[in-house]
Amino acid sequence: MHEKKKTWLTFIFEVIVLAVLFTIVQYAMTVGLINQSYQINITSMCINIILAVSLNLINGFTGQLSLGHAGFMAVGAYASVIMTNNLGMPFIVGILVGCLAAGIAGFLIGVPTLRLKGDYLAIATLGFGEIIRVVLQNIDYVGGPAGMVGITRLTSWPWLYAATIVTILVIVNLINSSYGRAIISVREDEIASELMGINTTSYKVLAFVVGAMFAGLAGVLYAHFFYIIKPETFGFLKSFDIVVMVVLGGLGSTTGAVIAAIFITFLTFALQKYAAVRMIIYSLILIIVMIYRPQGLMGSKELTRKTFARIWSGKK
Amino acid sequence: MSLLEITNLHKSFGGLSAVLKFNFRLDAQELVGLIGPNGAGKTTVFNLITGVYKPNGGSIVFNNEDIAGMAPYNICKKGVARTFQNIRLFKDLSVIDNVKIAFHKNVNYNLLSTILRTPAFFRGEKIIEEKALEYLKIFKLEDKRDEIASNLPYGEQRRLEIARALATKPTMLILDEPAAGMNPQETRELMQLIEWIRKDFQLSILLIEHDMSLVMGVCERIYVLDYGQIIAHGLPEEIRNNKKVIEAYLGEEVG
Ligand SMILES: Nc1ncnc2c1ncn2[C@@H]1O[C@H](COP(=O)(O)OP(=O)(O)OP(=O)(O)O)[C@@H](O)[C@H]1O
Ligand SMILES: [Mg+2]
Repeated sequence: MHEKKKTWLTFIFEVIVLAVLFTIVQYAMTVGLINQSYQINITSMCINIILAVSLNLINGFTGQLSLGHAGFMAVGAYASVIMTNNLGMPFIVGILVGCLAAGIAGFLIGVPTLRLKGDYLAIATLGFGEIIRVVLQNIDYVGGPAGMVGITRLTSWPWLYAATIVTILVIVNLINSSYGRAIISVREDEIASELMGINTTSYKVLAFVVGAMFAGLAGVLYAHFFYIIKPETFGFLKSFDIVVMVVLGGLGSTTGAVIAAIFITFLTFALQKYAAVRMIIYSLILIIVMIYRPQGLMGSKELTRKTFARIWSGKK
Repeated sequence: MSLLEITNLHKSFGGLSAVLKFNFRLDAQELVGLIGPNGAGKTTVFNLITGVYKPNGGSIVFNNEDIAGMAPYNICKKGVARTFQNIRLFKDLSVIDNVKIAFHKNVNYNLLSTILRTPAFFRGEKIIEEKALEYLKIFKLEDKRDEIASNLPYGEQRRLEIARALATKPTMLILDEPAAGMNPQETRELMQLIEWIRKDFQLSILLIEHDMSLVMGVCERIYVLDYGQIIAHGLPEEIRNNKKVIEAYLGEEVG
């Protein structure tokens, strides 16, 4: 009983912390403490967290190297803008349709490609990501190469905050369950996993679809913040950016993905003024991290309640 | 009626026939050995039974159903479990998680409960945890439940692999050289354990073992494989004195 009470108290405490964080930022925004460029920074940060955490489900936990994540982001972005701007639907419809469309795209691409392994899968997903981009470039209804413009800004702090938390919560809950163990067993040893009665293909597809849906969510939020979407925004360079975050954070660590996403966002932000040397510094940092911590910042470890409890009791 | 009946099984890799005209029978709750020199095709037979390889011909009837060519996860669901010659644990996972994965095929909560953390999820997880612990206890691994599997000593990894296989609730367990790399003391204990689980779980066991004397001790019947073909089968005493078998093993030692 005592344990149960403690769990509840921790839970309530966490909810309060999250609510306070939300309120502080919300308040700062309303009174104008956070200027335009910081707003962009916060938005990018949330979007990057969603992208990194969702790709980590595929690359880190399931062990399937996907290089087409930006493609799903594009599907989500375009589908939602068609809903909101072209058809005049409310934002929530845009969000749901965006996620659904990206999930369907994930399914259609995942089923044929996930039979492939390692490098072959990486190349196939890279190819499909590019196909999505090229297809968008050639559809006049969505503006062709010029993309869609004049999108209403509907992505507000509450939406961003909620989307980020939902993404992390869904993926963490999924991973810490029997389904999550099945997913991780695919990464650990596919043959052994099959012989434990696990249909490995269907779990790869599950992870791929869930990952794609959240990439779609990130696309929706992106489109409705930056007013404009173009096919080239969602090219393979964007996909690589997300892979970098996941590898930097540590494959198979959600906490790592979050930390890396925040870090990369701030780094990009801080280096904005030094456009000429930006890519050099950026690359150097990555190289240094990879030399000294090839397993990524977190490895496959997580910061959990237990970790904090240990740090806390250690200090006392 | 036998539990497993293999007829005319054939598997070739390129030009090489690794298994040829293979006939085999295993009755309910029998403990049968499959022996043979290196490269005879023993592991290939196991891979064919468990669906890791697809046979080129022949039938594998298990519980009155031809399972030849089925996907491994379906064969597992029919009640076949195995261990590997080169241990294949989920290395980076904890000992208990390795066993928990075996219960996934019967998981009794759905994805929605998982994400919303409904009471059904917590109930289901509690059952899985309790069951996994039962199996760890049988194999004296309960103290190591939270250790990472790859950090276990070799003998314990072998035991964990058997525990994990048993946790899938098989009617037939197949063990590929379970005593490989163990010292004589560990081997003896393992053999006793195998005898015991067979009785307690009412299992049929098919065992590959390199060490002839060891197999002779525990198996009720023995099949001898050489160059992909059965060269002898019968009771341990019959095998011990079989000329062809002695030649096959001597040939190995000379070559
Ligand atoms: N995947 C494969 N591709 C090609 N050849 C294979 C494959 N698997 C097995 N073989 C070949 O089939 C033959 C039988 O191998 P197998 O592993 O079944 O022998 P074994 O009886 O288990 O030997 P050991 O006692 O050394 O474990 C060998 O010649 C081996 O090289
Ligand atoms: Mg072998």
